[in-house]
Amino acid sequence: MRRVYLDNNATTPVLPDVLDAMRPYFGEHFGNASSIHHHGQETRSAVERARESVATLLGCRPAEVVFTSGGTEADNLAIFGLARSGDHVITSTIEHHAVLNSCKQLQERGVEVTFVPVDGRGIVNPDDVRRALRSNTKLVTIMYANNETGVIQPVEEFGKICAEADVYFHTDAVQAASKIPIDVKTIGCDLLSISGHKFHAPQGIGALYVRKGTKLEALFYGGSHERSRRAGTENVPGIVGLGKAAELATKGFAAGDDRATAALRDKLQTAILDKIEWAGVNGQGAARVPNTTNIYFDYIEGEALVIALDLKGLSVSTGAACSSGAIEPSHVLTAMGLRPDRARASIRFSLGKQNTAEDVDFALQLVPSAVERLRELSPLYNKKTAVSS
Amino acid sequence: MPTSRTIAVAMSGGVDSSTVAAMLRADGYNVVGLTMQLWNQRRLAGREGMPEAVTGRCCSLDDVYDARRVAETIGIPYYVVNHEDRFERDVVRPFVQEYLSGRTPIPCSLCNNHLKFDQLLIVAQQIGAEAVATGHYARVDFDEPSGRWLLTRPTDRSKDQTYFLFGLTQEQLSCTLFPLGGMTKPEVRELARKHGLALAEKPDSQEICFVPGGDYKRFLDAYLAEQGDSLPDTSGELVTSDGRVIGEHTGIHNFTVGQRKGLGVATGSPLYVLQIKGDQRQVVVGEQENLYSQTLIARRTNLISIEELLEPKRVAVKIRHRHEPAPAVIEKRDADEILVTFDEPQRAVTPGQAAVFYDGDVVVGGGWIA
Repeated sequence: MRRVYLDNNATTPVLPDVLDAMRPYFGEHFGNASSIHHHGQETRSAVERARESVATLLGCRPAEVVFTSGGTEADNLAIFGLARSGDHVITSTIEHHAVLNSCKQLQERGVEVTFVPVDGRGIVNPDDVRRALRSNTKLVTIMYANNETGVIQPVEEFGKICAEADVYFHTDAVQAASKIPIDVKTIGCDLLSISGHKFHAPQGIGALYVRKGTKLEALFYGGSHERSRRAGTENVPGIVGLGKAAELATKGFAAGDDRATAALRDKLQTAILDKIEWAGVNGQGAARVPNTTNIYFDYIEGEALVIALDLKGLSVSTGAACSSGAIEPSHVLTAMGLRPDRARASIRFSLGKQNTAEDVDFALQLVPSAVERLRELSPLYNKKTAVSS
Repeated sequence: MPTSRTIAVAMSGGVDSSTVAAMLRADGYNVVGLTMQLWNQRRLAGREGMPEAVTGRCCSLDDVYDARRVAETIGIPYYVVNHEDRFERDVVRPFVQEYLSGRTPIPCSLCNNHLKFDQLLIVAQQIGAEAVATGHYARVDFDEPSGRWLLTRPTDRSKDQTYFLFGLTQEQLSCTLFPLGGMTKPEVRELARKHGLALAEKPDSQEICFVPGGDYKRFLDAYLAEQGDSLPDTSGELVTSDGRVIGEHTGIHNFTVGQRKGLGVATGSPLYVLQIKGDQRQVVVGEQENLYSQTLIARRTNLISIEELLEPKRVAVKIRHRHEPAPAVIEKRDADEILVTFDEPQRAVTPGQAAVFYDGDVVVGGGWIA
């Protein structure tokens, strides 16, 4: 059976070039980057080259890049590295759980947290952030692009507000990296998280940009790795993979990859909306990353649609999965004010660099008939048609 | 090659439903495994009187893990579907309400009616399956002469679950498979071993899936506390059947009809709970002999082997899960109400439980004891 993967906001395949770059570091070049001998020096220089590639992608200095085990650790390092009991932190209601649950944990530890809302498009109003500032505000942490809708936040405005107020600004850019150009100076952020596996590096590697001079406390105690910000022997193959993926992302922007992805996404979205009634885009009217579209199909259960499509060979997703693998109602769509039934009827399609026009055509063959079948068997839909006929 | 039929198997992570999935797969069906996520076992964990962590139970991560392993072993697609909202609305809240009203509920029947054979069936059909198979011990067959789908007691009488299935409609039964109806439990375990299922020796679960340790009183407390509510005061008087007050009780939800222990009064002869008067918060107690009833009223009835009960019918009626069906006559009282008259008076007819009518092995129908 043909299988097409359109769930790249969950994770992406490691690109062949990335895998090729990593391969020697599993065998031939196995040294510990902290060792003084030849083997150590080999891997040390690989780590530092990767750091340069990541710095280039983010527009920062290599010394400002801290490698972590992924986006979650980067977010935790930023948040717990700064906030202390008695501080105030501002975040939004649509953050990834890595930030949301970290902020809830801060509350347990005596930190006050304000969760600013979003509008119907999923955008945080900068004025809400400004109004939420207090004398003890230490940190504002608001994501760059949302994982479910792809909606881009006005991070530069948050950056200005935070600079004026002399408050740290962290942004979770896990879903922005390699999809839209990132420049930490333009954003004006002090900290920024990325995750390798969201842009074709392997799972288990990420990075946190930490602006020079930021007083950040480490999460782990151990050796003095990563300038004492992240103890633990470096994941050299992962770091090399992240560096290669960053390099490919930088080249991709020059080659217009993001525009090509947007064209594919737009084709998929337009055709779906053309073919299927009672459907619409979540985050309509907002700037979005080019690879993502989140669409509601009224009168269906998104969960059933995801399963039905999976059985036909198409991988897409809805909301966030809980530990059992069941789907939880999306806190993002709910925060945007969607009715609960519409939030449950929403599906996310997200493209990666490996996807082709044929993949989109494949999806377009499957989605309309699957939605139709679900609606035929939906008590809600039948009630609706009974009423209207 | 013709496309083979697609069947969804409701997988709980136990031996029975796992074996069903393996059997159907071996028979050449396209099998899709589905587990319903119904209750977050961690939700009330750690609250007053509740265990910290719950493992090895329905909807626990361990069971999902077991079901997933089985799906992997036998090579079928497997999904967990979230029906927590519906379960809370249609099963948990009514369960709590029933206890607070002085009745003794059966959540498993509600779950069968509203979740397993309703929501899950809809999901199954939506994803292209034509039927749902479960690990229940019961039989379902189409009866040509009557043109009806019949629910019949299984080969393994000790496992008979027809009592919990009386609410299934003809439409639901027509899309349901009970592959274990002709097998005994030891045979099922043997088959599980033959299919190489690691959980072949897993013990049976007995208790209500969302009530850890079977302690429903603690559950009521913890659930209501979580809802920002406290257990309403349902304490009141212990009275005799002629209305004489002989003591106090701590709350009607602590009692069930037929209960002897824990009444907190000492008298010459043993006393039993005869009746719970929810509106007056009274618990009526009396002697064992007064526990017997000749009749009962079944409400919200569902008929299976017959479309309508046009004239009185001789059947055997089961009034609780572990009750030997007793000979009786059923007759229609109202649109939704059936009067059951037993040949011999039955002990402890308990409001909130089901009365299920059998004609031999065939389930005629049933209703909720008023």
